[in-house]
Amino acid sequence: MHSQRWIESFVGIFLLAAIIALVVLAFKVSGLTTLFPTAGYTVSARFEDIGQLKIRAPIKMSGVMVGEVVGIMLDPVTFKAVVKMHIDAKYNDIPDDSSISILTAGLLGDNYISITPMYSTHYLREGSELQYTHSAMVLEKLIGQFLFKLGKSDDTTKGADNAKKSQ
Amino acid sequence: MMMNHVASIGHWGIMNLRQFGKAGILLYQAIVHPPQIRKGSPLVIQQLYAEGVLSLLIIVVSSLFIGMVVALQGYHTLAKFGAAQQLGPLVALSVTRELGPVVTAILFAGRAGSAVTAEIGLMKATEQLSSMEMMAVDPLRRVVSPRFWGGLISLPLLTLIFNAVAVYGAYLIGVKWLALDAGAFWSNMQSSVDFHLDVLNGIIKSMVFGIAVTWIAVYQGYEADPTSAGIANATTRTVVYSSLAVLGLDFVLTTMMIGDW
Repeated sequence: MHSQRWIESFVGIFLLAAIIALVVLAFKVSGLTTLFPTAGYTVSARFEDIGQLKIRAPIKMSGVMVGEVVGIMLDPVTFKAVVKMHIDAKYNDIPDDSSISILTAGLLGDNYISITPMYSTHYLREGSELQYTHSAMVLEKLIGQFLFKLGKSDDTTKGADNAKKSQ
Repeated sequence: MMMNHVASIGHWGIMNLRQFGKAGILLYQAIVHPPQIRKGSPLVIQQLYAEGVLSLLIIVVSSLFIGMVVALQGYHTLAKFGAAQQLGPLVALSVTRELGPVVTAILFAGRAGSAVTAEIGLMKATEQLSSMEMMAVDPLRRVVSPRFWGGLISLPLLTLIFNAVAVYGAYLIGVKWLALDAGAFWSNMQSSVDFHLDVLNGIIKSMVFGIAVTWIAVYQGYEADPTSAGIANATTRTVVYSSLAVLGLDFVLTTMMIGDW
């Protein structure tokens, strides 16, 4: 039988481990809030359509993650989506005329944001806004456009057939 | 002749009801007489050590492997649909909602519940409980209540550790071995796991399982036949009944939580 002090210290370690597990579950797994906000700066961009973009979606440059989406809201005047992005402090030399687009990982994957750098010598800073934006590609819209065009071309061929018959 | 059979069925029913009644009285006494802060807390801490700390090894090792296996199986199924990105949510949801509470409770019943039953049963067989009563020490307060509260406290804590370690196991497999994107793994997990609906509901489940398992263990020990065979039977019954109770209660609790009762 161990001494009471020995037992108490092990129980203390056990309780601490459980509390650490709760903190991990709260912050890392369920994302209640970010545990340690990384140093960086916040920029924004306006999109016509953000598709399925969600908060905490990755922001990538050439496929490398440089930050994450921290907020999405609707501009009450222009009805465009305003996306706020947090970029790591170490990427502090992104040109401010870079173009930004919402892409999809794979055919059915999640949306992420990709920044394509341009050549300006002014860099993005806290609060700057990216001007050149490309909206998300929404599959339903594409299919709709495709069907619409298909229908139109059918009509024209039918019209041509009728014209031939009448001749 | 016919009446004898009917009477034996009635006798069986009354005996079973008496068992439930005795178990209910035991639970009531353990709940309304929690150990006092100053005199009882050393006893509860000893039980936290015996039931919680000593169960850590089996819980941590099995949760690590369960997390890794779920990640591996899930990856190969999800990859068929091109949805391997969703591995994080798959593992985190299945572990926090179901696997964590249920597997921890069943392991706990085998590791700690059986030990409690055997200990109390042997105390009864060697008449330690009767001698306590002779010394005007209430065995319910000295023996049963600390074990009940120790198990009740340690099972949710073990479940929390199980969940965290299982998610880490899935991270090892998904990110370190199968080379999924770490950012997508965590961000998809965080966007689909809700702290209240998933994590806290899992902990509520494990609290209910803690009551069920320790109650069964304590009762089976307290009412065991004071013989070697009786203790062996009681220990077996503890593990079987608690596993069945956990799985049955899990179904009821899940329907309640999904149906928003």
